[in-house]
Amino acid sequence: MTATAPAARLTSVSKSYHDNVALRDVSLDIGPGGVVALLGPNGAGKTTTVKLLLGLAAPTSGSVELFGQDPRNTASRRRIGAMLQVAKVPETLRVREHIDLFRSYYPSPMAAADVYAAAGLEGLEGRKFGDLSGGQRQRVLFALAICGDPDMLFLDEPTLGFDVEARRSFWEQIRGFVSRGRTVLLTTHYLEEADALADRIVVIDHGSVIADGTSAQIKQRVSGRRIRCTTRLSEADLRAIPGVTDVRYDRGNAELIVAHAESVTRELLWSDETLSNLEVSGIQLEEAFLALTHSKEAA
Amino acid sequence: MSSSVIPAPNSRSVAQQRAPSSLRVYVTETKYEIIKQMRIPAFMIPTIGFPIMFYVLFGIVMPGNGGTSHYASTYMLATYGAFGVIGIALFALGVGVAVERGQGWLAVKRASPMPVSAYFAAKYVTTLVIGVVLMLLMCAVGAVFGHVRMPMSQWLLLVVAETLGAIPFCAMGLAIGYLAGPNSAAAIVNVIYLPMAFLSGLFIPAEMLPRFLQGFAVALPPYHLGRLALDAVGIEPASHALGHIAALIGFGLLFTIIAFIAYRRDEGKTYG
Repeated sequence: MTATAPAARLTSVSKSYHDNVALRDVSLDIGPGGVVALLGPNGAGKTTTVKLLLGLAAPTSGSVELFGQDPRNTASRRRIGAMLQVAKVPETLRVREHIDLFRSYYPSPMAAADVYAAAGLEGLEGRKFGDLSGGQRQRVLFALAICGDPDMLFLDEPTLGFDVEARRSFWEQIRGFVSRGRTVLLTTHYLEEADALADRIVVIDHGSVIADGTSAQIKQRVSGRRIRCTTRLSEADLRAIPGVTDVRYDRGNAELIVAHAESVTRELLWSDETLSNLEVSGIQLEEAFLALTHSKEAA
Repeated sequence: MSSSVIPAPNSRSVAQQRAPSSLRVYVTETKYEIIKQMRIPAFMIPTIGFPIMFYVLFGIVMPGNGGTSHYASTYMLATYGAFGVIGIALFALGVGVAVERGQGWLAVKRASPMPVSAYFAAKYVTTLVIGVVLMLLMCAVGAVFGHVRMPMSQWLLLVVAETLGAIPFCAMGLAIGYLAGPNSAAAIVNVIYLPMAFLSGLFIPAEMLPRFLQGFAVALPPYHLGRLALDAVGIEPASHALGHIAALIGFGLLFTIIAFIAYRRDEGKTYG
């Protein structure tokens, strides 16, 4: 065993934009190695976290380190790659030209052919960026992020706007990259994406970390069963039942997140003889996530 | 237990950390900046097409070069040349930076190890290169269709004066690029560029403007580039050239300072 310093570290970081607090006292160590997903709703502070780690924003208080250094140092930037949300990429350059340019920024870049293969861009090298489809454009941004052969990769909402098939095939590319022992920080609000890719999920909401663990641990945090039913019981009645951690309504049906399905079901049937459409299922990461962010709001 | 400082998965040796030749980064950045701009019709038509078209119309066709002198076609070669290179600088830097900054592309480049100076230098050099191309085209049109005749040294002097004279306007463009939003930059550039060129006597000689506007022209940077170009082609007395060069350097420094303040303000917004 060797002592392993994290690849990236936030220490008591807060960040405000004017009066808006984007992050509150966040401390986080990432890597080395593995995929960490920052999961949270829009505006939770995910992109701010990435910007701080990339040196594209400075913390209002606290400290940010990348490989033990200021993220703005060229030396740190040579070891990372970043796929950011960008409204427009120069459209008149060809894929080959974009890659060639970004490779020139790094001391020991990946061979161009390996970049095309890793990003699934073979056959598109001669196409202008403006002539690519949405998914192909994201692949080019991914290629720009990996072409420096980085130790750490940042992916900010990499599959936003993808269809299911494109998303799954893009995940393969990300997995291929990670299998070489790198560190990846991924932000997403697709729970399926975090579940599929990440070794560790950090749930962030309203600028604070509200859960941090493996996908299984996150699910366990909200002990795991979901009950759906049509009931005349009020939300207050439902919440009063011991073991109910969250209540939502979906097209007239109540959805309860519960610790133990058996005791709650017994109570439900006892209290409401008209209860119908009863359904009990295992919890998905999505429910865990919603329950976590919801309880935070209630608090 | 080792106490390695940066135990990233594939820590690199010092040799591998060696910087890429910084000159190569600048050259590559500039090469692709030129290619990128040359392929954008919305850039090339106003910056190359319009000056040549205006020159042909107002410098060659309208004066009707009926054999008297070639005064008009020579005069307008100098002033529409200035109009052209100023446009290249304002569109390449002003619109280019505002759009790439405002739409997130600059952030992608800033997150990479690209030196930010390479980004700006590439845009300056691109302006100079496209400026030379424009001037060569305009000189060819002037010589062939406008029967402009000058010693070789004056042709060269004209191209050099117009091209280097574009540098203060690069700084002006950079300031606009950091002050304007991505959607408004093109409109702002046009609103500044066209009236400023007109009032500076680049469309019609400043002497033909109403008297109260003539005094105003001296305060505008394009006036001095137009005059400098007229010095180069021998229409204005060469003795005035130094004054115009000094004015252009002064404006260049002023715009550089404004651009730097705007850059710092923008950095403060994102980095502060």
